[in-house]
Amino acid sequence: MKRALGIIGIFLAILVFSIFFAENFTTGINLMQLTNRTALYSVLALGAALVIVTGGIDLSIGSVVCLAGIMTPWLLIEHEWTPWQVIPTVLAMSAFIGLCHGLLITRLKLQPFLVTLCGLLLYRGIARWMTGDQSQGFMGEYGDVRAIALAKFSIPGLTDYRLPATVIPALVLAILIGLFLSRTVWGRWLLATGRNESAARYSGVPTAWLVTGAYVACSLLAGFGGMLFIFDIGSAQPSDFGNFYELYAIAAAVLGGCSLRGGEASVVGVLFGVATLRVLQNTITLAGYSSQIEFAVVGGVLLLGVAADELIRRYAARRLERAGAAA
Amino acid sequence: MQTDHPVFLRVRGVGRRYAGVTALAAIDADVRGGEVLAIVGENGAGKSTLLKILSGVVQPSEGTLEVADAGGALGEVELDGVRDATRAGIALVHQELNLAENLDVAGSIYLGREPSRFGLLDRRRMRDDARRWLARVGLEIDPGTLCGTLPIAQRQLVEIAKALSTESRVLILDEPTSSLTTRETDRLLEIMDELRRAGVAVVFVSHHLDEVMKIADRVIVLRDGRKTGELVRGEYDRAMIERLMVGRDIAASERREVAANAAVRLEVASLTSAHRRRRPVSFAVRAGEIVGLAGLVGAGRTEILEAIAGVTAHGGEVRLDGRALSGDASTRVRRGVAIVPEDRARNGLFLENPVAMNMSLAWIDRTSRARFVDQRGETGLVARMVARMQLRPPQPARRVQTLSGGNQQKAVIGRWLAVNPSVLLLDEPTRGVDVGARAEIHAEVRRLAEAGSAVVFASSEMEEVLLLADRIIVMHDGAIAGELAAHEATEVAIMHLATGGAAHAHQTGTHA
Repeated sequence: MKRALGIIGIFLAILVFSIFFAENFTTGINLMQLTNRTALYSVLALGAALVIVTGGIDLSIGSVVCLAGIMTPWLLIEHEWTPWQVIPTVLAMSAFIGLCHGLLITRLKLQPFLVTLCGLLLYRGIARWMTGDQSQGFMGEYGDVRAIALAKFSIPGLTDYRLPATVIPALVLAILIGLFLSRTVWGRWLLATGRNESAARYSGVPTAWLVTGAYVACSLLAGFGGMLFIFDIGSAQPSDFGNFYELYAIAAAVLGGCSLRGGEASVVGVLFGVATLRVLQNTITLAGYSSQIEFAVVGGVLLLGVAADELIRRYAARRLERAGAAA
Repeated sequence: MQTDHPVFLRVRGVGRRYAGVTALAAIDADVRGGEVLAIVGENGAGKSTLLKILSGVVQPSEGTLEVADAGGALGEVELDGVRDATRAGIALVHQELNLAENLDVAGSIYLGREPSRFGLLDRRRMRDDARRWLARVGLEIDPGTLCGTLPIAQRQLVEIAKALSTESRVLILDEPTSSLTTRETDRLLEIMDELRRAGVAVVFVSHHLDEVMKIADRVIVLRDGRKTGELVRGEYDRAMIERLMVGRDIAASERREVAANAAVRLEVASLTSAHRRRRPVSFAVRAGEIVGLAGLVGAGRTEILEAIAGVTAHGGEVRLDGRALSGDASTRVRRGVAIVPEDRARNGLFLENPVAMNMSLAWIDRTSRARFVDQRGETGLVARMVARMQLRPPQPARRVQTLSGGNQQKAVIGRWLAVNPSVLLLDEPTRGVDVGARAEIHAEVRRLAEAGSAVVFASSEMEEVLLLADRIIVMHDGAIAGELAAHEATEVAIMHLATGGAAHAHQTGTHA
């Protein structure tokens, strides 16, 4: 929780700025869309955080989003599978992708960066080839299934704001992952593995399985997220769907206090990290700046965030050293 | 006190407080050229703080430092950073090895002050110069060797060569021998002697009173941040230093008897390392027995311990209570095999995490309910283990990083106490650990053996092997060179086997 305080502060500052300076920011429709997007990206960022905790990285998240998201309407519409066949298949495929990453990294000792960089190219390539690079959509059908992402719940007392359904899976996942990391033996082991893989191994922690598990969870969440995204937007192009999503996910996790060196994570921080990036993006659009500048702003904020984090860390380390030498 | 040696560095009333806690107070000392000054004290006595002040890493909160100029006149200085100290002719060799593993030896020695010609790195000169400095520490290795591939002992010597190469007048060594074998230690003491004769002031910290007695002209004893005595060569004995260090007499340990009919717990049959070609190794350890693996660095002791623990792959068979032990470390730990690794910062500890997390990691799965950590149970058990290991300070929430070496080691050993290991493997159990903590660690290991564990430890310190082991297996070049019962073992006999002497010949050697 202490790790999350910084990002909560940044978030509140940007929020206040947006409320005062971005036109239409506080309209119900805008806030609804903002909540929805935050929830969707949170699913991806939580997965990224699990991998980052191990000291690894997953660059393939966006491509898995694309493959899973494109496959869903493609199987439903073009191949006329039923939703009960499609959803488990797509999720199983996502998990299998993660399993491959995990085994390549832990057994073959390949670097996570390389393995998932290849994944980034591979899965988008497959998605484009499979669909003949054609846009895939639900053609107005399957409204009942898409309601998983599209439903809105009325909140008593609020007239023009209704809670998007995507908040539910995002919150459930956040709570589960939060409990997993802080309360379970596996979570403890995963954090220990990220902190010092070798020491964890000497202590009897099954590090290879834990790391593999983290990659499985990350790809599974990316696949699940990809499905929610396509349910939400209805149709997408294989060539650009999910582009850069891995970077948003990683950026949010890092802003939220996950150290790329591994061993540190805060689920609350990750959620606020996602929210911060979403509000920023939203404000840039609303304030009428060209959306091209978005990347530059996100990059700048991320850089400021991590630089501040590093300075605080150094200050803490110096104090620690003083305390340590006194011991 | 001798006055014929010029004072290079004078310490006057120096003290250091951290956040209200006094780490060091009212220290007076003269560091003289041509003298070896030893600083001894238990962990936490303030030795590191004093060394850090002398080398400019931290600044004193009271008192002053004076450094002699070219004419020998002392002038007050402020050493604000290592750079200042280097300029004043003071060099520090850290206890932890600071070499970049991906640099070669020459590159490490000249890191940051590489010789250049026309703006280009003068690699040839760098290597030639490096070779000269390496020769001074008796290291005959190619300066182009990568540091990462060197054994710990050799890296330490490279560090010392690096410090020498800055042409310093005052050379400060923080536990320089803690990772060296007897032979390497002797060589280092010779080097220190040579430097002394060349007029260099050598300051060193050591937990090995033997070395201190052998080489030091003067000994400063610290306890709880204060100087409890300054002894001049020839005017003290070992017991005197120990009393000044701990404020009490240290009792010698009594020898235990292992029942000859105790069941064999650990059996190692034709064990071979998967990584290096070694001759197969076989031995057995009974319940309650403490077996010491002696030998020179590189004799293959660590490999044996790591193979038994399942940390590295191996050939041959390891049996625990008659049943084959297989799989990796995580499955072996569940069968009661515990290992305390040699390099505790790298393989033992989570330095940035609290003591509690470090100690509970090995058993939280056993106390968990449906895989959820039993936090109250964890807190209670950790508190008991902290008390049993006499961890100082006894604060489970404290980051391990802030503990002294001896207490860090106690935390690693304490990790395994709660699981009553069937087999306890210790690699250099008291490296960098002071006398007091060392006695406590030994007592704890004996207690575990008495509770029925089979204990195997490797140590480069002859004294420790003789003190702790019931039986000694001497390794040479990856194979067992011989076995000695504790009562028949002597340093000479062990050394004979460890250096490749034939097993039958040592008998005559021992009795001669």
